[in-house]
Formats: sequence, C-alpha cells, structure tokens
Amino acid sequence: MDVSFILIILLIGAFATYFSGDKLAPKVALLFGLVSLGFSVYLLSLFNAGQNIDFISAWITKPSISFSLKADGLSLAMLLLNTALTPLIIFSAFGNEFRNAKNFYALILFMSFAMAGTFLAADGLLYYIFWELALIPIYFIALIWGNGDAEERKKAVVKFFIYTLAGSLFMLTAFIYLYGKAGSFLIEDLYKLELSSQEQLWIFLAFFLAYAIKIPIIPFHTWQAKVYQKAPTVGTMLLSGIMLKMGLYSVIRWQLPLAPSAAKEYMTIFIALGIAGVIYGSIVALRQKDLKKLLAYSSLAHVGLIAAGTYTLNLDGLRGAVLQMIAHGFVVVGLFFVAEIIYRRYETREISEMGGIRSQSPKFTSMFMILVLASVALPSTFNFIGEFTVLYSLSQIGIIWAILGGTTIILGAYYMLRMFQHVMLGETNAKLFKDVTTNETIVLVSIITFLLFFGIYPKPITDLITPSLENIITIINR
Amino acid sequence: MDINLALVLLLAPFLGFLANIFLGKSLGKNISGAIGTIAVVVSFAMSLFFFLQINQTGQPISIHLFDWIAISNFNIEFGFLLDQLSLLWLLFVTGIGSLIHLYSISYMHDDEKMHKFFAYLNLFVFFMITLVMGSNLLIMFIGWEGVGLCSYLLIGFWYKNQNYNDAAKKAFIMNRIGDLGFLVGIFIIGFMFNTLDFATLKATILAGNNLDAYWIAAAGLALFIGASGKSAQIPLYTWLPDAMAGPTPVSALIHAATMVTAGIFMITRLNFLFDLAPAIQDIIAVIGAITSLVAATIGLVQNDIKKVLAYSTVSQLGLMFLALGLGAYEIAVFHVITHAFFKACLFLGSGSVIHALHHEQDMRKMGGLRKAMPITFITMLISSLAISGIFPLSGFWSKDEILMTAYHQSPVLWVIGSLASILTAFYMFRLMYLTFFKEFRGSEEQKHHLHESPALLTFPLIVLAILAAIGGLISLPGHSWLNHYLEPLFSKAHEAHHLGTTEYMLMAIATVGALLGIGIAYAKYIKQAQVPEEDEKITGFSKVLYNKYYVDEVYEAIIVKPINLLSRFFRDYIETALASIVFGFGKAANELSFQGKKLQNGSIGFYLFAFVIGFCAIVSYLILAQKKF
Amino acid sequence: MDSVLNQIGIENYIFLSVALFCIGVFGVLYRRNAIIVFMSIEIMLNAVNLLFVAFSTYHQDAQGQVFVFFSMAVAAAEVAVGLAILVAIFRNLGSIDVANLKNLKG
Repeated sequence: MDVSFILIILLIGAFATYFSGDKLAPKVALLFGLVSLGFSVYLLSLFNAGQNIDFISAWITKPSISFSLKADGLSLAMLLLNTALTPLIIFSAFGNEFRNAKNFYALILFMSFAMAGTFLAADGLLYYIFWELALIPIYFIALIWGNGDAEERKKAVVKFFIYTLAGSLFMLTAFIYLYGKAGSFLIEDLYKLELSSQEQLWIFLAFFLAYAIKIPIIPFHTWQAKVYQKAPTVGTMLLSGIMLKMGLYSVIRWQLPLAPSAAKEYMTIFIALGIAGVIYGSIVALRQKDLKKLLAYSSLAHVGLIAAGTYTLNLDGLRGAVLQMIAHGFVVVGLFFVAEIIYRRYETREISEMGGIRSQSPKFTSMFMILVLASVALPSTFNFIGEFTVLYSLSQIGIIWAILGGTTIILGAYYMLRMFQHVMLGETNAKLFKDVTTNETIVLVSIITFLLFFGIYPKPITDLITPSLENIITIINR
Repeated sequence: MDINLALVLLLAPFLGFLANIFLGKSLGKNISGAIGTIAVVVSFAMSLFFFLQINQTGQPISIHLFDWIAISNFNIEFGFLLDQLSLLWLLFVTGIGSLIHLYSISYMHDDEKMHKFFAYLNLFVFFMITLVMGSNLLIMFIGWEGVGLCSYLLIGFWYKNQNYNDAAKKAFIMNRIGDLGFLVGIFIIGFMFNTLDFATLKATILAGNNLDAYWIAAAGLALFIGASGKSAQIPLYTWLPDAMAGPTPVSALIHAATMVTAGIFMITRLNFLFDLAPAIQDIIAVIGAITSLVAATIGLVQNDIKKVLAYSTVSQLGLMFLALGLGAYEIAVFHVITHAFFKACLFLGSGSVIHALHHEQDMRKMGGLRKAMPITFITMLISSLAISGIFPLSGFWSKDEILMTAYHQSPVLWVIGSLASILTAFYMFRLMYLTFFKEFRGSEEQKHHLHESPALLTFPLIVLAILAAIGGLISLPGHSWLNHYLEPLFSKAHEAHHLGTTEYMLMAIATVGALLGIGIAYAKYIKQAQVPEEDEKITGFSKVLYNKYYVDEVYEAIIVKPINLLSRFFRDYIETALASIVFGFGKAANELSFQGKKLQNGSIGFYLFAFVIGFCAIVSYLILAQKKF
Repeated sequence: MDSVLNQIGIENYIFLSVALFCIGVFGVLYRRNAIIVFMSIEIMLNAVNLLFVAFSTYHQDAQGQVFVFFSMAVAAAEVAVGLAILVAIFRNLGSIDVANLKNLKG
C-alpha cells in the first residue's frame, strides 16, 4: 500500500465516470472521490504508524527520470486537502445540471489526480508533468461549462491558460539546467547541488515566475478575477481551493530549498510583494460589484499573506502558511458555494441585486455568517491559527511587516461585512429565497465543522506538518 | 473537581447558546428565555462558589486543557486561570448578566426572533467568560474578538434597518483596528519573553530579565490601542454611541457594564508590564482624562436618552483609564464595578421608559413620567445620584478615589476629571428632569398607555439600584476590602489613601461640584422649564456639540472616503493597466507574426530573390570572416 | 602539349562561368515566363558544368568530368519533370506566368 494507489483510484475514477454515462456520472465521481479520501486517511494512519508509503520506480533511463512519489507530512497534508475537497466540490455540483455531465465530472477527477500527483512527486520532471497536466482539465471546465458571454469567457480562459503555461516554461528551463548540473531530476539529488549565488538567483526567479502566476502574487494576478468570475463555480472552487495551493506548496517544496541563498538575500522583496498583495487585494475587493469577483480579490489578499509567510523562511512562517493554505482552501470553497447557492435562486451575481435574504433563510444566513467570520480569521476558527502564526512569523522579521500584513484583519472585516450586509441584510427581498436544501447543508456543514474543530484543536495538523517543515528549514539553512 | 466546575462555569452559557440557536424556535419564547437565563445563572453560581473559595484560600486555580497553537519558541496552551481578578469580573459579568437576561425575557417578548436574541446574549456571556478566564493573552483574544462579534450581531439585531447594520459594522471594524494593536502587542510580548501565559509572563518580568524598555513601551502602546478600541477611548470611541442601535438590554450588558470594560481588565491583568512603561502610563492617563471630558461635553446636549447614557459611559470609561494611567489599578477596578451597577441600572431604566412609550427615545417627547413609573423613577434617581458622585452612594467613593489619586499626581488631570464629573452631574439630571418631571410632552395616545413596567423589568432595576447605592462598601477609604483582595495581583503595593485634611477637602470639592451640576440642571429645566430645541434650531457651539464635534464626518472624510476612492481607482485604472501589460505581450507576439506573415506572399520571384540575397549574404560573410580569399 | 586550357587560361573559364551563372540568376529573378525561368536555371547548371570540366582539366583529374555527366543526366530528368509540371500548370491556369502562382501566400 503506497501513495501511488491514490493516483490510480483517481485516474480509474475519471475513466469510470466517463464511461458511466451522463446520468450516473455524478454519483460515480462522488464515490471515487470519497474512496480516495478514505484511502488518504488510511495512508495517513500508516504514515503515522511509521510505515514507508513512498512509491519509487524507474521510468525513463535517458534522460534519467524516475516515477517517484514521496509522502512526508507536508505532502500528505496537501494530499488530504485535495482529496477532502474533491468530493465536497463534486457533491456541491449536484444541484446543477450540466451538459455532458460525464465529461464534466471525469475532468474534475482527472484534475484531482493531477493535483495529487503534483503534491506527491519527488522527481522534478514528473512534478512538472503533473503540474501542467492539472491545467488541462480546468481549461476545459472553465471554457465549456463556464458562464457569461462565450467570447469574453474564451478570452479570459485562454489568457489564463497561456499565461500560466508561459510561466511554467521558465520553471521547466530551470529544471533542465539543474538536471545538467546534477544528472538527475530526483529531488534529493537536486537538494544536494551547490549552486553559485548567481545561478541560484536565476533559478529562484524562474521558479518565482511560474509560482507567482499560479498563486497569484501581484502584479501577476490579472488573470484571476475574470477566470474566477467566468468559470463555473466548481471550476472556481478547484482553482482557488486546491490549485493555487499547488503554487504555494511548490514554493515550500521546490523553490526555497533549491535556491536558499537567493531566497535569503531577496527575502524582503518577496515578503513585500506578498504584503502588497494583501493590501491591494483587500482594497480592490472593497468596491467589487460581482460577488465572485469580490471573493476572488479576497482570495488574492489571503494568498498574499500566505506567500509572505513562506518567504519568511522561518518555521513559524512555513507552518502558518501551510495551516492557512488548508484553512483558506476550505473557507474559499465554502464562500464560492454560497455565491452559487444565491445564484441558483436569484440567477445573478451582482451584489446590488441581492439583499434582504436573511429573513427568508435563517439557516443559510447562519452558515454564511460563520464562513464570513472564518474568512476574516475570527479566533476559534482554523483560519485564525494560520493567520496568527503567519503574522507572528512576519513580526519576527520586522514588526512593521506584521502591522502592514495585519491590516488584513481590518480591511478584510470591512469588505466582508459590507458584502454580507448588502447581500443578506436589509428589508425582505421581494424575490423568494428558498432556504438551503439538504445537499447544500451537508456541504456547508462539513466545511464549517472542519474549520471550527481545527480552530480549537489544530494539534493533529500541526504535528503532521511540523517535522517535514523542520526538514525543509534544515535544507534551506544547509 | 475544580476543573469540571470551571468548565461548567465556562460552558453553561455556550450550551444555552446551542439550545437556543438550534431548538429555540420550537421551544417557545418563555422556555427559550428561561434557558438563556438559567445558563447564565448557573455560571453565576459557579463564579460565586469559586469566589468564596478563593476569598478564603487565596490560591488561584489554573486549568490546562491542551496545547493550542505551536509557535517555534513556545506553545500556546488552551488554558484558563481563575484568580482574584478574573473571579471578580466573572461575578459581576454573570451577576449583572443574569439580571439583564431576566429583564430581556419581558423586554424582548414581542420580538419574533427572541430565541436568536437569547442565543446571542448567551454567546456573548460565553465569550466574555473566555476573555476573563483565559490563562494567556491569546485565549483572552478569543474572548476579545468573540465579544466583538456578539456586539456586532446584537447591534444589528434588527437587521432590516440598514442604519443599524451600518452601526454594527462600524463597531466591529473599529474594534478590529484596536484588535490589530492587541495582536501587535502579543507579537512583541511573544518574542520578548517567549510566552504569552500571564503567570509565566509576570514571573519573567518581575525577575527582571530581558527588559528592553523600548520594546516594553511599544508593547504597552500596542496593547493600549487594543484596549482603547474595545473600551471606546479617543480616537476609537465613535462606535459606542452608534452601538445604541441595539436593543436596550444589549446596551446595558455589553455597551455599559461588561464588554467595554475589557480594556480595563486587560491593562489591569498586565499591570506588571505597564508599570515598566511610565511613558505609556502617562499617555493612558491623558487620553483617559481627555476622553472623559470630551464625551461629557457631547453628552450635555444630546436628546436621545440612550445617546446621553452612551456618552456618559465613554466619559466614565475615560475616568477609569485615567486611574489606570496613574497606576491605581484597584481604583479603576473599583470604578468598573460601581459603574457596572449604576450604568446597567440607568440603561435598564431607560429601557423601561422606552418600553412604556413604545420605542420613543427622544427626551423632548418625554416628561412627567415620575408619577406613572415610580419604581423606574426611584431606581434611576438613585443611580443618577450615584454616577454624579453624591455621598454616600457607590459612585461617590470610586470617583473620589480616582480624583484623589489624580490630585496627588497631576493637578491638571484632577481639574479635567473634576470638570468631567461636574458635567456628568449636570447631564444626568438634565436627563432625569426632562424625562420624569414637568408635564408629559408626548402624544395623547402614548399618554393614555403610560404604565409602570411589569415586575420582570422592575426587579432587576431594584436589585441594581440597591447595589448602586451600597456598592461603595467594598472599598471604603481606610478599610478597603477590594484593595486587600486584589493585592496578590499587583507588583507594587498600593497604599490606601490616608484621610487627611487634603482628602476631606477634595471630597468636599467633589460633592460641591456635583451639587453645582445638579443645581444648574435644576435651574434650567425645572425653574425655567426649558425644553431642548428642535434639531434645526440648534446653533453655535451647542450645534458643534450636538453633532459630536463632527468627528464622524472627519473620519469619513479622511479615512473612509479615501479608501473607497483608492479602491475605485485601483479597480478602474490599475487593474486595467496591469491587465493591458499582460495583454501587451500577447499583442506583441501577434504583431510580430502579422509582420512575418507579409514575407509569405506567395510570389516565387520574391522567394527566389530572397534566396539569392541570402546566399550572397552568407558567402560574403564567410569571405569577410575568413579573409583568406 | 599545350592544351587549350593553357592557351586561354583558367581565369577566363572562371569568368565565363560566373558570367553565365549571373545571367542565369538574373534570368530567374527577372523573367516571369516559367519556360524562360527554366531555361535560365539550365544556364546556371551549365555554368557550373563548365566550371567542373575546366577544373577537371586543370587538375588533371577525370572525376570532374564524370560528375558532369551525372549532372547532365540528372538535369535531363529534371527538365522532363519540370516541363511536365509546366504543362500541367498551363492546362489548369491557361498561363505560365510565375507571378500568377501565389497559392502559397501565407
């Protein structure tokens, strides 16, 4: 039993969904999503028991590329984030009708497969292949099942595709250069390289371009809001919930350990970029008219803080970043689902056309409120743990960073509460708003339970990720 | 055993919250209210139990549940601490909380969302207990933000009115500005001392290790910003008057008696830290004094009965901060307690009036209620006398202690504080005279329905009025039980004031001042029978006061507007510019290919020509490069 | 025995050959009639052939002349194919003006 099993399940799941026909596809996809979640949990227990769950096999001899998947605490945490969110996302789509449902659900599972591979790969080229593979399904999902004017959507999605692909090519170049030096793509061989500071800088920048576009860090974020808005909500959830975490994960796994001295030397610049994203994203979010765009900019602000945390290069920063990645993954999926629930009833995403929903839907309001509060990192939600740790790490670099980054708790509260007020409160809306259905409740409640439970008791997750992060810190400081 | 009881103390209101939020609607209003009340009463009983225990043994109880957040150089535990300070706070939070819950059963009975109201109130009490009981700064922070959330929920309880929602949002955001300060303070303390735990922190600081005065001052300042957000001090006070949009019991519980005292609690908790930062203490004292005077002047001309009380609260909180800044923590605590009694009573009394007049809050439309509502009148009168500082009611003792301390340390602050007290006496009796004396000025229909409130409303009033009257007993000059009780908390011993000539003279001055304020109010509103003018007729300086020095407008103009403008600017210009840069790359590639396309014109002649030119170019290059030919 | 080559001198062969080649090039570039272009190409080919023969004599090496035979044979085959194409183009378009053959325009 090893980690390759998860990939196999997800891949088989994608094919099974495709061949099961439009009617059955959602259920089959959900089944495979849940099975992969179950096996991830099982793998976690094996890992905690100290068993070896890596999968290493030779693949191509010349150039030497191996099919090696390794799971440490960090990878497992991200894998679990992926496999936990995938069934939730699939289930959240049950309320919608899709043309060619079998293709749609198969693509979701396929994307989950690629992302799981990205989190597990321990070979540079294999990692790169998975990284790019994940782009293909989301391209089709956003292009075919998206909403709004087809021409405009195509423009946004194609831009996204080319933009991220172009960024990734720099990463590929960096990998090839590293291969030339090390004669291997294996991560531990790459870690051993002794690069001059000049080389490190170029490698660092090449990786940064790939990740900054994917995450996104300002000013490379221009694809984000449009794509989030135009993609179907499921696509938006996949993008914001898991895919952008691929970028952040990669920063920790690849960029920092491969070019540590460059990372140290230019630390302030990259922290500043992250923090600038926090402030910029928050301010832009303030005046958005479209609910999904508002959430997109809020996401920009949050990942800016996470990125700043990773570039602090200390344990708190990395740990806080990973915690916040997980927390943000859940809360953003929840919030986009809320936007979808409103869309299902009012067929609009314009905030100005909403309002007065609260009196018609007490359950929905409560759950939405909790998600809003989690998003603004109220203590006792999981998001607070991450945000606090990240801000703490920033204060170790310089108290001013913590203050600037901390403006997120003020500005975040401002735009989120403002949005909540205009969407939910006020005189009862003339249009009928049906309270949440059972399916919708299940999704929201599972997200909320997760956030609240780990907000009070984050120890399991902290204990899982800490050793591997300590490892990475050691490698960075080698 | 202790741990279990402490958990009961903590979790009872939380269970009440769960019961009300999930089952409240089906249980019916009375049961829902009863559950909410009983939950808090249980907590009160537990607090009393622990209080009596600690009063005998003097041993704090600390409870460690589990490790919460791991930071590289220390662990933050999920733990609680029951010591003298937290138990004192718990007693009056749960005690007054119980009374206000009881009051709310009747007050909110006509509201269709009563179960929600009780759920939020319970949640508030839960978070307040967390705040008070937390054994480290971060647990306190959970409560700190939690009460802010409940305040948000309760101010915006009538959510159909967007003005109320704005007030709620404003309260939350201004609190969060303070919270950032609190967090920064936590960060500084964290990296200075590697702990957030109060006990460890105290031990470390008293041991005198790692004391960098600069950073201690920074931490103190940051924490004070946090405190001034929650406790409505300049410049973060403007949310509190707006918070009166919430139902009156909420104003009494959250915005007068308990939540707004959290800042004082925090500073008292960390007294050992602030003692080391005299510069910050001075700032606290000055800000407190100024706040108390500014708020009192605004209170002079307000016509909304709850607004008067709100500014009075800000003013009294200012006095407490003055005491804190002077290092007289136990006096600040004393005033917190007496203030909780009389201010809760005043708010509940005003609620009783508002209830009787069917949600009329303008004092210009009241008057003459003394006969119709005797119990409300008498209880409010006692509380007004107490807040004005009339001997021998509780307010006299606590306020006097503050002014005395101020006199000994800085006469200027004493003058400011005394002025604020005189103004307090004036506006409180302005309120009393306008509300309860002379003729009724409301509509005929209201007059017809005038009635004393039901027993459920008046009972809490009576209890609180009695406490407001006798509350001073806990800390009489010379025989201060409170000082003795709180002694273990403080790093420096605080001597009670000796009653000498100066002290008696100061008391006399304070009393005369209070009587003066009452006298002016009497002359103006009883003798001359004035009634405040209509809004549009107010002119001159009173207009500035009536509009609260235009502080809200200034904040709007220098902070809110620019941020929104910036947001629009970013959205409309910067975003577009950035997007066009990215598109620029695409356009450049397109343009390049468009130009390249022209070479492929299909004319064979042109291809051949290009071929020949190219060939010649290569040959000539080779020749030139080799130079051998 | 003085060969013709010695009497005339190798340089003149080269000049002639270059001149022929240039005439061919200009013919190809200037003329639009496909037949004439074709003829010009043949001139260029023959200019090269001439050079081959000249050098072969100059170096006293028969390989060059063998090569010329090869190239003449290939040229003959090429002419056959080329003319066939021209005929086909003429049948289709009614003209053999190369300026009309622009189907490759990008």
